Amino acid sequence: MTRFRDLFAKATNPTGTVFILLVLILAGVFVMNPGFFEGPSLMAFLKQAAPLVILAAGQYFVIVSGNFDLSVGALVGAQVVIAARLIDGEESRTLPVILVMIAFGIAVGLVNGLITTVLKVQSFITTLGMLLVLYGAIRLWTGGAPTGSLSEAFRTAGRFGIEDVPVLGQIPWALLIMIGLGAGAVVLMRTRFGRILMASGDNERAASLSGARVDAARTTAFVLSGLSATVAGILIGGYAGVSAQVGDGLEFTVITAVVLGGVVLGGGRGSVLAAMAGALTIEALFTLFNQMALPATLRPTVQGAIIIAAVAYAARQRTRPAPATPTATATATPS
Amino acid sequence: MTLLSTRSAPKRTLSTTALIYIALAGVLVLGAVAVAIDGGNLFATANLVDMLTRTSLTGFLAIGMTLVILCRSLDLSVGYVAALSSLVAATTMDGQVANIPTAIALVLLVSGLIGAANGAFVTLLGVNPFIATLGTGLILKGYLDTQYKGPAGDVPAVFQQFGYTRVAFIPVSTLVMLAVAAAAIWFLRSTRTGHHMYAVGGEIDVARMSGIRTKRVLVAAHVLCAMCAGVAGLLLAARFGTGSAEAYTNLYELDAIAAVVLGGTLLLGGRGGVAGTVAGVAILAVLDTVFNVMQIDPFAKDVLRGAVIITAVAIYARRQLDRTARRPRFALEGRLR
Repeated sequence: MTRFRDLFAKATNPTGTVFILLVLILAGVFVMNPGFFEGPSLMAFLKQAAPLVILAAGQYFVIVSGNFDLSVGALVGAQVVIAARLIDGEESRTLPVILVMIAFGIAVGLVNGLITTVLKVQSFITTLGMLLVLYGAIRLWTGGAPTGSLSEAFRTAGRFGIEDVPVLGQIPWALLIMIGLGAGAVVLMRTRFGRILMASGDNERAASLSGARVDAARTTAFVLSGLSATVAGILIGGYAGVSAQVGDGLEFTVITAVVLGGVVLGGGRGSVLAAMAGALTIEALFTLFNQMALPATLRPTVQGAIIIAAVAYAARQRTRPAPATPTATATATPS
Repeated sequence: MTLLSTRSAPKRTLSTTALIYIALAGVLVLGAVAVAIDGGNLFATANLVDMLTRTSLTGFLAIGMTLVILCRSLDLSVGYVAALSSLVAATTMDGQVANIPTAIALVLLVSGLIGAANGAFVTLLGVNPFIATLGTGLILKGYLDTQYKGPAGDVPAVFQQFGYTRVAFIPVSTLVMLAVAAAAIWFLRSTRTGHHMYAVGGEIDVARMSGIRTKRVLVAAHVLCAMCAGVAGLLLAARFGTGSAEAYTNLYELDAIAAVVLGGTLLLGGRGGVAGTVAGVAILAVLDTVFNVMQIDPFAKDVLRGAVIITAVAIYARRQLDRTARRPRFALEGRLR
């Protein structure tokens, strides 16, 4: 009985909610299209979802430390364009260019972090400015339309995988990268750095008074976000090809995903696993819309209604006074 | 402490606003010099008209945005509200002069209701304003995309005057914007709700314990913000001569937020004002016109604009920093944005 109640408490806290939502939506998809859970189509879904999941992990670090990163969408677009322009179809350039992209992602994150922590500009403004700068700079550099092309080797990560696996068909590299980075993110949040990051978002002053280097942790979070955008850029570029618009509006989708995962804007609460589940939920939702043959134009409406409802539900859970039962204290401290 | 803050408050707001107008003058002088070197004249009538025309649309949105930001809230749906309003106006008018008053009333009603919904999400459901208004914006986007495939409605020539007529070199729309700004300044300085907005944005718990109905104040701010976006929609309809759902693609909301912050209003609420916002709008407009006259690549504009916004806020933050260093307190800065 107690175990059941424990389970119930876990499921109804904001972090658990997203998993229930994910299961419900997947069930809906299954009802519409029972073939969805066959290996190949499931793998295709996960391959498509991987970039958003990775971006959500990156955005989680920034949000949990009490900031925003609105520049990720523009950064993803920038990375794809940079890759196409620098590689320009030459296989041999693949690796050097990927290194350049990683350096660029780190640099953008570092600039975001330093402007926010050292110059004390709110991250909303910093990253909004960065969005404008990246957006303009990339189009300025390419003269409006992206030029060049990607190499086959570059596209491997986003497109291909381990072929001829029984049942599953293909295990996409994107899925393996997603699992690897996701596990890394979960482990990272359990280290000293993760705890400092969480504390910085929860109560900046208390964290810094107890000796935590809040600014360093927050800057690192921005760098991680920049790196996640780089990886997402590589995957999206490989999967969808070159276009300067790939990243447009992505920042809002990612923030939506993270918030859907029960992570509180303003920082200090929520788990990275739930944030990534939030991203998976959004992608599952898009798949459901597809299955229901909903007009594509109606998607934003449903998406908007769902995030308001989900966040309202999470807020209700937080503000409701905890019942007197000892097991219920588990709800007060989301893992 | 109370005495200190009441004594220094008016002086402080004055100096911040003054700083912004000095910055505006500086941008004007620099722009004029740059244009002159390029062989043009920034103050030629055509350029002045261009500059002032640019201020009106962002101005309406930014004035409303100032109110919500002062309350430590945010509205990311204004671009969509403006687009919807332009459609409501154009389809209601339907080319008939007699329908203009109905159309204006309907626009204000619809936008006001959307603002009330935003306010309700934020206050009653406890949804973070960023998410609540992003959600409302998405809902409206879906409706607009589904319902209106292209331009709709017809704006009679009389109403199009709102978009094109000007007195000497000042467009009527800019005059209306300045009138709305003046009304907003009066509202914030002289009405009870206006004062309450500063209190709610400063520290909502203290405001509530002092007996302010904080939820009503927040809802009022959201309603007024959305109605300002409605007026911006009317202007869009007057300019295009028809209603256009595509208007939201211009990301007006980010422009408006940038102008508000450039105008010295703290994104964390409680400090700032509409006078500064108008200067912020003007600075952005002057920059745009200068870039236009000098025929700088439109994409370079985005880069420069981003840099200008970050720099300005960094400068404000430094001033803010000096002040808090002098008057330490347990600020909850990073708590909620």
